[in-house]
Amino acid sequence: MELLINQVLAGIATGAIYACMALAIVMIYQAIENLNFAQGEMAMFSTFVAWQLMQWGLSYWEAFLITVVLSFVGGIVIERLLFKPLAKAPILTNVAGFIALFAIVNSCAGLIWDFTIKEFPTPFGSAPFLGSQLISTHQAGMIGVTLLLLLLLFFFFRFTRIGLAMRAAAALPESARLVGINTSWMIALGWGMAAAIGSIAGMLIAPVVFLEPNMMGGVLIYGFAAAVLGGLTSPFGAVIGGFLVGIFENLAGTYIPGVGNELKLPIALALIIFVLVVRPAGLFGRAIVKRV
Amino acid sequence: MAAAQEVVTETPTVEAPPKRAMTLGYGTSLALLGLLALVPLFAKNFIIFQMTTLLIYALAVLALNILTGGSGQFSLGQSAFYAVGAYSSAILMEHANINYALTLPISGVICFAFGYLFGKPALRLSGIYLALATFALATAMPQLLKLGVLEPWTGGVQGLVVDKPDAPFGLKMSQDMWLYYFTLAVSTAIYIFSVNLLKSRSGRAFMAIRDNEIAASAMGIDVARYKTLAFGISAGITGVAGALGAIAVQFVAPDSYTVTLAISLFLGMVVGGVGWLPGSIVGAAFIIFVPNIAESISKGLSGAVFGVLLFLVIFLMPHGARQVAMFGQRLVGKLWK
Repeated sequence: MELLINQVLAGIATGAIYACMALAIVMIYQAIENLNFAQGEMAMFSTFVAWQLMQWGLSYWEAFLITVVLSFVGGIVIERLLFKPLAKAPILTNVAGFIALFAIVNSCAGLIWDFTIKEFPTPFGSAPFLGSQLISTHQAGMIGVTLLLLLLLFFFFRFTRIGLAMRAAAALPESARLVGINTSWMIALGWGMAAAIGSIAGMLIAPVVFLEPNMMGGVLIYGFAAAVLGGLTSPFGAVIGGFLVGIFENLAGTYIPGVGNELKLPIALALIIFVLVVRPAGLFGRAIVKRV
Repeated sequence: MAAAQEVVTETPTVEAPPKRAMTLGYGTSLALLGLLALVPLFAKNFIIFQMTTLLIYALAVLALNILTGGSGQFSLGQSAFYAVGAYSSAILMEHANINYALTLPISGVICFAFGYLFGKPALRLSGIYLALATFALATAMPQLLKLGVLEPWTGGVQGLVVDKPDAPFGLKMSQDMWLYYFTLAVSTAIYIFSVNLLKSRSGRAFMAIRDNEIAASAMGIDVARYKTLAFGISAGITGVAGALGAIAVQFVAPDSYTVTLAISLFLGMVVGGVGWLPGSIVGAAFIIFVPNIAESISKGLSGAVFGVLLFLVIFLMPHGARQVAMFGQRLVGKLWK
């Protein structure tokens, strides 16, 4: 029993990483109804920017704040420059664009900061949290920040005019345009917010997985899995999905014989496919009814 | 939660090319085939080998094109079928001493069954969810091939080494050249099959499903049957390509068949033009040669150069090579008048 509780705790700790990333993925999905494959790389780049700022002597929170703002602007710039011209192109062409962006960001980060592993500081410290060896204060802090972000996003979408406009632009672009919403800029705003949330996720994840250009590879797959499991239309679902994936991955590694680190990922993915087959819109997603 | 349901008018995720525009005319096809048959006579062995690879990738892209361009289902997991095909062929040759040519149909059938079975649960998924499910399959495949249980057959992490076949009937031909013509024959046969498939009743059913699933089922098309059939056929062709790939490279190992391969094939389809079968070879050329070009421009930044080139291509022709071909056709038409 103690083993079970410990593994669940450890799962929640890793799940927080996935939850962070899933939140950024859902954010962009709300705006463009597509999964951005370059999301993880953008987050990685932001984290490197923060690391560089700290190398130049800024304090953690200064660097944090500047990075979030820069990422927000960066996200908007990427949308305006690269993806606005593709707005009328087929969806699959856009996906190819994400892959291209992935290659560019990854390669540039590798050239600027090279591929050696770097340590990234944490503002929460790494002492055991409440005397538990499995969750450190950093991981507890990470869970806290994720939940805080979720709350902020909820308030943003529920109670602000611009949040309402974004939801309208995503749900029914044509009608939104008719009532005077600039849908094109709403998409740019979505990119900016997703990049900003991604940068926060990156900075929280970096102390755990260490900073290097390929740090997001695995995290992104789990993030996608978490977002899809929870339902791509629901930020709340994405966070819960993140924790569930973390917990399940840990439990499968512990209790199913023969499952080492190698098979953790396939098993987690198999679970997700199973959930999707039973509930195609994800655990908390809304079913979309189609008409001819 | 009835109030939370959303009603949208379904827009097809894959835009529909008119049916006539999905293939080339007879004249152009024959000229292209003639070109492909003649070039190796004047080329070095290395170039012949590269052309073999080109044809093999073109087959794999073609298979994805039937699935996505034909029936409108996404897949980021083609590398899994490719791997199964390659391994089936290698195992049959190494452990059962079956002739390499005979392993191709067997690999095709195995992959057809695998794809058909995978298509069953995938029926419930569409769009981005199906992309993720197939992506999961592709991620899992190398790990599954490394499993200790399968090691006596698969050779584990080490993989298997395959012999390269000699030219039969005492033909005076280098191994590379023979393999090229063998691949060309197989590819041509599969291309003709695919073109006819899309023209047939089944092909029309695929396209009806792609354009609107609900309308298709209202017209009496068995949506589940044709969707799984498309998955099976696509997997089968990919399997044959994988088997040819194993024979050409003379080596199979789990890490040759990662998600990167699946993503490459996807890019190949987009660059060639979704739903335009002859584009497959253009797409294959893109995914084989452009990374090399990028590497030669800048070693350190090869990824970035590749990304920029890819962006250029999709900016200039968001509908892929099909756009260029249609433009050329119209131009020729104008000059003719």
